[in-house]
This record gives sequence, structure tokens and C-alpha cells, in this order.
Amino acid sequence: MLVKINNLSYIYNPNTPFEKKALDNINLQIDEGDFIGLIGHTGSGKSTLVQHLNGIMKSTSGSIIVDGINIYDKDANLREIRQKVGLVFQYPEHQLFEETVYKDIAFGPKNLGLKDEELKQRVKSSMELVGLDYDTLKDRSPFELSGGQKRRVAIAGVIAMKPKLLILDEPTAGLDPSGRDEILDEIRKLYLKEGITIILVSHSMEDVAKLSNRILVMHEGKIIINDETREVFKKASELEEIGLGIPQITSFMREFKSKGNDVRDDILTVEEAKEEILKYLRRNKNA
Amino acid sequence: MLRDITIGQYFPGDTIIHKLDPRVKIIIIGLFIASLFFINSFYPYILILLFIGIVIKIAKLPIKFILKGLKPLYFIILITLFINIFMTKGEVLFTIGPLTVTKEGISMAVFMALRLVFLITGTSLLTLTTSPIALTDGIEKLLSPFKIIGLPAHELAMMMTIALRFIPTLLEETDKIMKAQMARGADFESGNILNRAKNLVPLLVPLFINAFRRADELATAMEARCYRGGDNRTRLNELKLKNYDIAILLSQIAFFGFIISTRYI
Repeated sequence: MLVKINNLSYIYNPNTPFEKKALDNINLQIDEGDFIGLIGHTGSGKSTLVQHLNGIMKSTSGSIIVDGINIYDKDANLREIRQKVGLVFQYPEHQLFEETVYKDIAFGPKNLGLKDEELKQRVKSSMELVGLDYDTLKDRSPFELSGGQKRRVAIAGVIAMKPKLLILDEPTAGLDPSGRDEILDEIRKLYLKEGITIILVSHSMEDVAKLSNRILVMHEGKIIINDETREVFKKASELEEIGLGIPQITSFMREFKSKGNDVRDDILTVEEAKEEILKYLRRNKNA
Repeated sequence: MLRDITIGQYFPGDTIIHKLDPRVKIIIIGLFIASLFFINSFYPYILILLFIGIVIKIAKLPIKFILKGLKPLYFIILITLFINIFMTKGEVLFTIGPLTVTKEGISMAVFMALRLVFLITGTSLLTLTTSPIALTDGIEKLLSPFKIIGLPAHELAMMMTIALRFIPTLLEETDKIMKAQMARGADFESGNILNRAKNLVPLLVPLFINAFRRADELATAMEARCYRGGDNRTRLNELKLKNYDIAILLSQIAFFGFIISTRYI
């Protein structure tokens, strides 16, 4: 068990007319090796929740235990927690500041006290992980790169800290479809190769369905669904009630089944759907 | 922490003060500031206090809000008090080491501190009761006679509107970048002054870059909608002086005229 959250609540502007409960009694457990998709509307509390996990926001009440450390303990080392829990913000390219890509990615590990060879190794390996060529890009200014590349530099900057839990807050926002697919692909590789536990915050059911093995749905500061990905999309009506859809392909397969065709209804990707329909057609042919 | 800054904030309302013509309000505050510097004894302060009190009452402003606006200036007020107490010559009351406290010093210190407090609360009354747009409209109109000598009144007002508009945006952005860098282990809170200044680089560089980017985008968006400065530009809500605007203006001119005259009586 990597993270355990108990009765976490956060209230914006307490005791004023603008008071707003952003997190309402959250209980959650994240295990090592999880790939969690966190979905919900704007203002549902997703970003607030993930910013609590590395101690950047402090809750109104409740506790968070990360890797055995209670982060609200007086002598908890916040830097250590921020190393364990890497957080990539929305539009992370807006935080780039160094003269070269190398220096920018090295900022995090340097703050952890790493030097020389180890530092270089970290920068190099994290650049490779996000698909940036070390030799050609390390001395370039991050500001002259393309949007997708900038974002990768920013993500590499967090990966270079070797977190146990990597949180990505809408990593694909504002990217074109191919840029989006590339980033998602790299996140998947990261998960498979490095075995990092990942939380992916997103609006997009499609993205989350493709990657995660567990889904959390947030609505008005509460976690209303916490289940395995396939199970979650069976609750289509519940999701639609709060204005979230299920992936188009899942929706299609459910509709297809409801017309009396014998297919699985927990399909998540187009690829899976293809297999299932082919199987179905073959069965029918034989019959 | 950054959310506490209330300077220039607008407190929406629907009172006579809120509806008063911004030009009238600006002139009154100008008079207010001028009279504060003419006052040379404690008694006129009572009138000033009365003025502030009445405006707060009519405009239904929460006192807490006004006091919060003073908070960032506690330090300056304290320094003023301190310097005046110890640096004014006169009848010695007592001495602490090399410092002497005089009767005149204490009275001067209180006098100056009050002047500062009144100055801040008075001017914040203007921004609290006038929306930024009304404020810049008022400034533009007041400056427009100077167009003859080449003063770009509209452009100045537009610059002010934009600057005011972006204060909350920039604060929000600072907050966000700060968090992002803290997530990468940056430390903004400890170390000596030199180190702290150095640690601000990861915050300031992105902030400036984003501000320039925003400015660029805004300029493009304005040009795309054919903005080309103040010439021949008309507005939706023309400012018009009503009778009560004039009545209030005249009464306030008389009021502050009296306060200023107390110096010479």
C-alpha cells in the first residue's frame, strides 16, 4: 500500500460567504503498481485532491500516509515526500525556466542533492523515457522547442526525481491528436517499464479507459465510484447521471448487445471491439 | 498568502456611493489627499474620520475589509512611528540608551501615522466602491482636456484597465508556478536573503515569460477585433453628470475647502 487517505476534507475560504467544500471526507487507498484514472468535471475536486498527495496543499481535516510517512507529521520531510510523489501540473510547460533542457530537467534532482554523473544519468534516462533525444536536445533552450516537446521536457523534469507515484494532471490538454497519443503512449511505457504507480487525471473517458486498471470518479468533492476500469463502465447510467459519458466504443458495444447480439459489453478500446466482433461473426458463421 | 492582497479590489454594491459618477469620486479623493497634507493639527482629523466613517456607512463596506487593506502597510506605519518618535527634537520626556523620546516626537509620530492610515483608507474607499472599468472611464474623461497638448488619455486609461484586469490572473499564476516548482523540490521559504532571491528565479522567469505571452495574445485578440486606439471610439455607457453628482461635488469642495482653510485660521 503506497498511499492511504483517511477522512480528508478541504474547504476553500472557510467561514466566509465564499466557503466551498472542495474535498468532502475522502477515503482512498492506492496500491503499488496501480494505474489509476481520476475523472470528474471541472471543479469536482480532482486537482485539489492530487495537490494534497505531495503536501502542497494542506487539508482542513484528515490524514494522508505516503509510503508509511504521515505527511502532516511535524517532522515529516516534505522534500522526501515530494520526491516520492511526483506531480506534473496542467500545462507543465509553463513552469520551464532554465537556459537549457538539461538544466531544467536537472532542477528537481539537484534539489534532492544529486551531483555530476548520477545527475547526468537521471537526466539522460528520463529524457529517453519521454522520447526526447538526449544528444541533440540537451543544450537547446526549452523555449525554442515545440509545444509537445516542451511538455515532455516538463514531464521529464518530474520523472527525473524517480517518484514512486507519478501524478499527471491532464497531461494531454491542448495537444493535437497525434501529440496526445504520443504522450499517452509514453506514459503507458513508463508504467510498464519502470513500474511506477500512476494517477492520470483526465476529462477524457477514452484516454482513461485505454490506460488505467482502476478508475476513480469524483463529483462535488466526493469519490462516488472507485472500481476496476471494466466494472466502472458497466455503470453507464450512473456516469451519465452526473454528466460523464462512457467511451464511444463501449457505448456502441452495449447498444449492439442490447439489440440481442451476444457480445461482451465491457469493451474498452477499438482494438478489443474488433476482436470481439470478429469472434462474434465467426461464431455466427459456424452456426 | 497571495490571496490576502486587497489593494485595488472592488467591493460590489448598489449604494449612492457606488453609483456616484467616477469623475466626481476621483476629484473628491484628490481633494481628500490634498487636504490631508494641508492639515497641521489634530482637530481637522475628526472631520476626516467623520468623512471616512460616513462613506463606509453609506456604501455598506465591511470594516474588516478596510482593516485588512491596511495589513500589508503595518510595517511602513510602524517605521513612521518609530522614526518620528526618536528623531523629533523638543522637550525630552525620557531616554533609552542613545535614543531620546520627546513630547513633540510622540505627537508628531501619532500625527504622521494617522495621516498614513487616513491616506490609505481614503484612497481604498475609491477603489472599493468604483469598478475598475468605471474608474478608468473616469480617468480617461478627466484627462481628455489634456489631449490638446498630446496626452494619450485613452491609451493611458486602457493600459490601466488592462493592468488592473491582470492582477488577479498574475497572482493565480504565481501561485500555480510556485506549487509546480515546489513539487520539484524548490524551496521559497528558508535560507538567507541572497539564497532566497536566487531561489526566486524558477518562479520569476516563467512568470515573466507567461506575462509576455499573454500580452502578445491580448494584443493580437484586440487587433483582430479592429482596436486602434481612442480616436472616434464611442462607448456603450456614456458618463453623464447628474444633478446629485454636482450637488455632492460642490458640497465636498466646500467641506474639504474648509478643512484646508483650517491651516490658515
